[in-house]
Amino acid sequence: MVGLSDKALWECLSQVSDPEIPAISIVDLGIVRSVRPCADGGCEIVITPTYSGCPAMHVIEENIRQVLQAGGMENIQVHTQLSPAWTTDWITEAGKEKLRAFGIAPPAQRAMRTSGTIDISALSVIDDVEIACPQCGSIKTRLISQFGSTACKALYRCGDCLEPFDYFKPH
Amino acid sequence: MDADKFNWLLRAGDNALVLSQRLSEWCGKGPVLEEDMALTNISLDLIGQATLWLSLAGKVEGKGRDEDALAFLRDVHDFHNLLLVEQPNGDYANTLMRQLYFDLWHCLWLESLQQSGDTEITQIAEKSIKEVVYHLRRSTDLVIRLGDGSDESHARMQRAADTLWMFAGEAFMNDELDHRIASRGIAPLPGSLRERWLTQMTQIFSEATLTMPSADAWMQTGGKQGRHTEHLGYLLAEMQFLQRAYPGAQW
Repeated sequence: MVGLSDKALWECLSQVSDPEIPAISIVDLGIVRSVRPCADGGCEIVITPTYSGCPAMHVIEENIRQVLQAGGMENIQVHTQLSPAWTTDWITEAGKEKLRAFGIAPPAQRAMRTSGTIDISALSVIDDVEIACPQCGSIKTRLISQFGSTACKALYRCGDCLEPFDYFKPH
Repeated sequence: MDADKFNWLLRAGDNALVLSQRLSEWCGKGPVLEEDMALTNISLDLIGQATLWLSLAGKVEGKGRDEDALAFLRDVHDFHNLLLVEQPNGDYANTLMRQLYFDLWHCLWLESLQQSGDTEITQIAEKSIKEVVYHLRRSTDLVIRLGDGSDESHARMQRAADTLWMFAGEAFMNDELDHRIASRGIAPLPGSLRERWLTQMTQIFSEATLTMPSADAWMQTGGKQGRHTEHLGYLLAEMQFLQRAYPGAQW
């Protein structure tokens, strides 16, 4: 059995979609941290959870195995790694476009720095960055709730087309 | 076994687990749909964090207990969470005020744990704080809006603040275990976080037009050592129902 190359492994993994946002792959989302073909023809895949309570991790691991097995792979090892902690800064540009096309506004700024001392007195200040409505493009949008349909998204409403939408929070 | 580290990790994990269970009680009956979703999402974050802490605790103990065994097969006196997190949900003002007291401490605590000399603890802290920053933003925002809201919401927030205050101080009390853990460079002394907590809480109360109870008020203690209020037993009876009725059940 001849193992797949690095490139072929990444291509296989880009077919695995996120179970909660099927429009985007786990590669675009930045969940796959490394892939390593092994000498025995198998491979080692390292993934990281988006949120510590993310219920999709087991499904993602299972889907990775299925896709690679379908590609002829055996001895697939999938490891979960906590550090460095996942950030929305790792979502690819292509991934952000896919989110927008799917109706989810992608993160409009880089993740807040949480290492070192945090300026807790500034946390309650509402972000002054403009979040464009993924439906009509208007920037007349308003935050409804810090938590949307999942922990990684906030709920917004567009003042022009009046549609509510999810915003992928910088994390 | 490193008993001190194991017990300290139980304190960390039990805080997240018990508050998560409390918040999940709101699932399906939040005051508005958006709040229902926010509470259950925060609950999910906390159960994820509890899993990380308790799984590490099980590893440190080395007796083959995983996070599920630690969550479902311990009784009240073996839980080491703060008394604050086991307090009943009450009305929505109580739930929010409990959350603010906890979130602000949680954020400062995780911030300091990122400097821990223990890599596994640092990693969990780095992961968790990104989530907790959003919890704190939400609870701060809502306490200010409801405190500075209608007469009814103001009165309810003030009552909740006064009722829960006696449970807010335990997080900053140092006991012998805290001193030993701090001297090993694993975690800061709880008391070292008190000043920043009070300063920021004063600011939030002022913006919320609420009166902050006295910082020198007498505080309830005991949760960290396993002496709990009567509420925890009922919470566990529900959370552990399946394992109590069907021991060893798996799915």
